[in-house]
Amino acid sequence: MASIANPEVAADEEGKPGQTTVFRHRLSTRLWHWLNALTIFIMIGSGLGILNAHPHLYWGQYGANFDHPWLNLPDWPSWLTIPAHYNLALSRRWHLFFALVLGFALVAFMIVSLVNRHFRRDLALRAEEVAPRNLWADVKAHLELRFHDPDRPGAYNTLQKLAYIVAIFILIPLMILTGLAMSPGMDAAWPWLLVVTGGRQSARSLHFIGMALICLFILVHLVFVALAGPINEIASMITGRWRLPDDEA
Amino acid sequence: MSRLVSRRGLVTGAAIGAGTLLSGCDRVIKVPAVHKLIFSGEDIQRTLQRAVMGRDALSHEYSASEMSPIFRSNGTANPNTPTYNALAADHFAEYRLRVDGLVARPLAISLAELRRLPARTQITRHDCVEGWSAIGQWHGPMLGTVLKAAGISSRARYVVFHCADFIGGLPYYESIDLVDAFHPQTILAWGMNGAPLTVPHGAPVRLRVERQLGYKHAKYVMRIEAVASLDNIGKGQGGYWEDNVGYDWYAGI
Repeated sequence: MASIANPEVAADEEGKPGQTTVFRHRLSTRLWHWLNALTIFIMIGSGLGILNAHPHLYWGQYGANFDHPWLNLPDWPSWLTIPAHYNLALSRRWHLFFALVLGFALVAFMIVSLVNRHFRRDLALRAEEVAPRNLWADVKAHLELRFHDPDRPGAYNTLQKLAYIVAIFILIPLMILTGLAMSPGMDAAWPWLLVVTGGRQSARSLHFIGMALICLFILVHLVFVALAGPINEIASMITGRWRLPDDEA
Repeated sequence: MSRLVSRRGLVTGAAIGAGTLLSGCDRVIKVPAVHKLIFSGEDIQRTLQRAVMGRDALSHEYSASEMSPIFRSNGTANPNTPTYNALAADHFAEYRLRVDGLVARPLAISLAELRRLPARTQITRHDCVEGWSAIGQWHGPMLGTVLKAAGISSRARYVVFHCADFIGGLPYYESIDLVDAFHPQTILAWGMNGAPLTVPHGAPVRLRVERQLGYKHAKYVMRIEAVASLDNIGKGQGGYWEDNVGYDWYAGI
């Protein structure tokens, strides 16, 4: 669900009677979304390329061939990796350049979203939203493919907010933190990295689990974009303007 | 129906788009400007790390109980050249570590002399570029002690380690800058896990440069050369892997 709701702006500027579109996504949101789409795509492809060098995961500080992995992974096929043949050097170049893009773009997006109150207006969960009864109602609404509150069609629904909160405040920061913890230089600079991750090999395992959860987020995200009307959803993430569903306009 | 078609179209489009993007990465990196941009990540990472890292910030040192039960070796397992084999056969009695380049007093240090220098013992984690880690104990004099004894010139900016081993017929070498060369944990290790360094681990002497990845920790060090520039060493990128495969020279990440 590529929707970033902005009902107040919608009402003030775009929600005039007779109009069927609302301004839903600010420029900062749209830029960050598409930059992330590219960045995370490259991070996953190059990350799997790096993983092919030693596709075994361990818990703790150390882990190598004579130690016990908790997970042995297959070789990732060339159509999933960047580059499309085994080249650890090049995979690392892609990964470590776009790691900078991922990290600094997240920081910039967070600052902008605090300043323009995107977080507070659109993402913050109200207490009544997370009450079990309302959560259950939202689950049922999703199963019936109803994604928008007819009274506030531009706003996020609760599950949508939760998904975005998990991605923005948990998953991407987890990837950055565990990525840094794998760096021998950063471990010397910030020794707490090894404490909070439980060691370099634990960090590496958590990095992989975080990647898998991000893949799950992307999958769910794309499914709901498709269900909610892909043309309208994608167009709104490009132009910012979202067409109200006919029955809600 | 049209919605269904557009959904199917979306899935197909996404799959084609992803495939194009993946293969596009391989094409686009061949464009010199893109190549330069992506490879500039190394300098940015180094600059940022050095900015947040104290010059002498120490790599974590572990306790003996945290050591890997088996510390695997990697890279060359035995240089196996006539020169090296002759040295090894004699327990490196004839080994001389040459220290030259931009130094006031070129040195040729025997293993016995190296072992008499004040030594540091550290239990550290060895992080391979491939992703695995092993924790071992290393013992040897600080590289800085040797460089000072040789009277390293103020014009020197890098220290190059010329090794006894060859990979694919090319000599192994590595280099670090003076920040890492004079770091207290940067040692010329002749002991490992309480015993003399074994051949698979780089006997008689290997570099430990704890804040960087394993390929920087040159094994079988025969000669240490202080230089002002890496341009005329090997193919100019500062190391065997850097020259021939494209690994980052700064391997702090």
